[in-house]
Amino acid sequence: MFGRLSWAAIPFNVPVVMIAAGSVGFIIFCVLALVTVKGWWPYLWREWITSVDHKRIGVMYIFLALLMLVRGFSDAMLMRSQLALAAGHAQGYLPPEHYDQIFSAHGTIMIFFVAMPFVVGLMNFVLPLQLGVRDVAFPVLNSVSFWLTAAGVLLVNVSLVVGEFARTGWLAYPPLSEIAYSPGVGVDYYLWSLQISGLGTLLSGINLLTTILKLRAPGMGYRQMPVFCWTALASNLLIVASFPILTATFAMLLLDRYCGFHFFTNELGGNPMMYVNLIWCWGHPEVYILILPAFGVFSEVVATFSGKPLFGRRSMIMATMAICVLSFLVWLHHFFTMGAGADVNAFFGIATMIIAVPTGVKIFNWLFTLYGGRVRFTVPVLWTIGFMVTFVIGGMTGVLMAIPPADFVLHNSLFLIAHFHNVAIGGVVFGVMAGISYWFPKAFGFTLNERLGKAVFWCWFFGFYLAFMPLYVLGLMGATRRMQHYSNTHWQPLMLVALAGAVLILLGIALTVVQFAVSIRQRERNRDLTGDPWNGRTLEWSTPSPPPPWNFALLPQVDRTDAFWAMKQQRGTARDRIVKRTYQTIQVPRNNPTGFFLAFFAVLLGFSLIWRIWWGAGLGLLGAIVVCLMQAWRSDGETEVPAEKVAAYELLHGPKESAV
Amino acid sequence: MSNLINGYRPSASATWLRIISITGAAILTASCSEGVLDPHGPIGKAERVILYDSTAIMLAVIIPVIILTLVFAWWFRARNSRARYRPDWEYSGRIEMIIWSIPALVILFLGGIAWTGSHDLEPSVPLQESSAPLDIEVVSLDWRWLFIYPHEGIASLNRLVVPAGVPLRFRLTSTTVMNSFFVPQLGSQIYSMPNMVTQLNLKADEPGTFEGLSAMFSGDGFSDMRFDLVATEPEAFKDWVNATKAQGGVLDARTFEELSKPAKADGVQTYAQVSEGLFDRISSGSTATVSPQRGQ
Repeated sequence: MFGRLSWAAIPFNVPVVMIAAGSVGFIIFCVLALVTVKGWWPYLWREWITSVDHKRIGVMYIFLALLMLVRGFSDAMLMRSQLALAAGHAQGYLPPEHYDQIFSAHGTIMIFFVAMPFVVGLMNFVLPLQLGVRDVAFPVLNSVSFWLTAAGVLLVNVSLVVGEFARTGWLAYPPLSEIAYSPGVGVDYYLWSLQISGLGTLLSGINLLTTILKLRAPGMGYRQMPVFCWTALASNLLIVASFPILTATFAMLLLDRYCGFHFFTNELGGNPMMYVNLIWCWGHPEVYILILPAFGVFSEVVATFSGKPLFGRRSMIMATMAICVLSFLVWLHHFFTMGAGADVNAFFGIATMIIAVPTGVKIFNWLFTLYGGRVRFTVPVLWTIGFMVTFVIGGMTGVLMAIPPADFVLHNSLFLIAHFHNVAIGGVVFGVMAGISYWFPKAFGFTLNERLGKAVFWCWFFGFYLAFMPLYVLGLMGATRRMQHYSNTHWQPLMLVALAGAVLILLGIALTVVQFAVSIRQRERNRDLTGDPWNGRTLEWSTPSPPPPWNFALLPQVDRTDAFWAMKQQRGTARDRIVKRTYQTIQVPRNNPTGFFLAFFAVLLGFSLIWRIWWGAGLGLLGAIVVCLMQAWRSDGETEVPAEKVAAYELLHGPKESAV
Repeated sequence: MSNLINGYRPSASATWLRIISITGAAILTASCSEGVLDPHGPIGKAERVILYDSTAIMLAVIIPVIILTLVFAWWFRARNSRARYRPDWEYSGRIEMIIWSIPALVILFLGGIAWTGSHDLEPSVPLQESSAPLDIEVVSLDWRWLFIYPHEGIASLNRLVVPAGVPLRFRLTSTTVMNSFFVPQLGSQIYSMPNMVTQLNLKADEPGTFEGLSAMFSGDGFSDMRFDLVATEPEAFKDWVNATKAQGGVLDARTFEELSKPAKADGVQTYAQVSEGLFDRISSGSTATVSPQRGQ
């Protein structure tokens, strides 16, 4: 009846898991109880769960990512404390079968359920506003994408309590991930949650790509498009090109595991090396999917707060697109030690290094944007400068490992771990944090507390250096990744320093929560009434904060870069053109529960497949199909906002240029 | 500083500075006295040169960039009235030329290092040495290392004894999942993979004991998958071979099947006799490897 599922699947005998699960369960229960008692369900359902507004969806993506950051970081704390203890003959407090799940979950969650939703959330929120349009190309599909991601998140977290997670590392290399070596449900949790959320990411990529290519404000050609939109274009091109590879690769591994196929097995002609190639054909572009939008954020921040246009805009765009193309030509550098031969290794090594050229150009462009500016040291600027200083170090170690003979001694070591955390934290996390503090007033109508924001930055900044510089050294000393204990006691002091760094980052995360709480309490004091708190340059700052569901009452006319800056410069001379506003009826998409229901059935389908409950899988699949069909037959997708209502809203919240 | 002049105890910040610098120096010394920065073979030494050279080349660009970032940000701070504000300055062909050239030149140079380094240090290429190489066949098991000496007809589990000064020619495979054979102080690592033979050439310059490990996660027993590589004088190596032969123990299909069952690495073992062509049968997948069904 319930496949492999039984009470034995719940690890009652592992206190760490039960305490964690118990407290998380308690918190969830409290939140649900609060929502019920306060009667917030109709509001949540109407304004968030069924919302197809890109701004709401963007905010939900980022909220989800913040939640999962806490989960993924708990895993990190467990790993760091384990390694601080398990030196010499000590085994620490986490046995291998538990520790292996923790590092696998940490990597999987941080990449797929923290970094990705952060970046997709930012793009979702910002793109239509910067492009001067009212929504993304396919609003309902956008909601579906988000909820499929949430479904993946739910499945990954269920594995904490019911069954186990993969013990294979975050990329689940076969043959270790094959049924012969990983007979449990851990790898199935991994595969199905990523298949479901991967579908969401692909749909989101198609959606945002279409938005950039087909929906832009009148007059906005590619040359006038803000740089963040360019980086988002590159990122979404990469999503559309690379995620199908991931889905196909996982599908083959699933066939191996469920149907006795032999794509990657040891027997009958299976070839595990093919999986390693395929997964990195997705995996390397994935790195740039994450970092390119972060580069976009830095470009916006550095230009806005320097009070001048981005230096070398054309270079910046060319560099972005060059990285976009090159990112598909370098996947083999993740396994130089497979023995492909000198020519192959050298080719991929050099191709990898070439990416450092456009990346270096970008750094110089930001540098010269600061030059001649009037730099305001706000929180986003701190993150940006912290990024520029930190990222070049990560870039250097990256190029170092792109030299095949250097990689032969650094591969899979803690040096590698330090390198990719250097670029992932110093690049992606710093970028996202800069983006959150930069666009927060646009999303919620008030600015975040600056003092606490700066404290958060310094915690992350020094925490990163304390946590990962020792790992560079440990890697050179011969420490390898994914070890659960080590015999060399020389390593322990450095491991303790790394733990201290992790604690500092933990403080940074805690202060982020405090920052949100304090800022919400002080919101009346920090209201953004102008819609343009930073003296911005791009169109999102021309809307009220927060923008109405239709974003722009009148679609802006764009004829140059930094369109809003130009409008502000011209405002004195062209006042009468602006005063004569005639509003028209605006069509906005209706709320739609398709995404939520689809995610419900996707979770049922995934969970049933993981536990081999075939009737449940059938039910989930059928339910999903029915939901899709119902959506296809829906005819009342849009609702109208009458012109008078738009006019009234604009009178209340719109730009006050008549008062000039 | 004033405290120092007055002859009293140094200030708290000076104490901290001293602690930090001493710790830093200790860490630096420690990191240079073990692992890949303390190589004992030609491959490892050549790789260390590449590490040092390329780091130095890149630091020459990166340190100025970091300094410039801080200097520009500081000088052009909004409150500095002496800094000239150029609100429309966004393009300079000369600067663009230079900022494309700097990374391009660095990469041109490092690309050369990568190309020649890949070819000079390709793991499968035998070392150019006058003495004949010692052949060693390596099999990664769950979770132990088996070393077969085909010409000597002996085998050793979890301990690799080699003569110093003699080129070592490895062929590697795996009975189970992927692993990576790595002795940091000798240099290059290489994957060991099922149904596949990889090759690696190393050499230990002088006698010594060097830690070896698996650098590729392979399951629950992975962390203990370590072994000692003992480099001895060539005479001592011959003695070891003879002693091993005298000790007895046979490695044939049956004992190998025992070995391929999952077990944690503990203790070393030697075999005086190895059945002919065992490595080739393992690497071609024709040993009757039982599907281990491990993990549960």
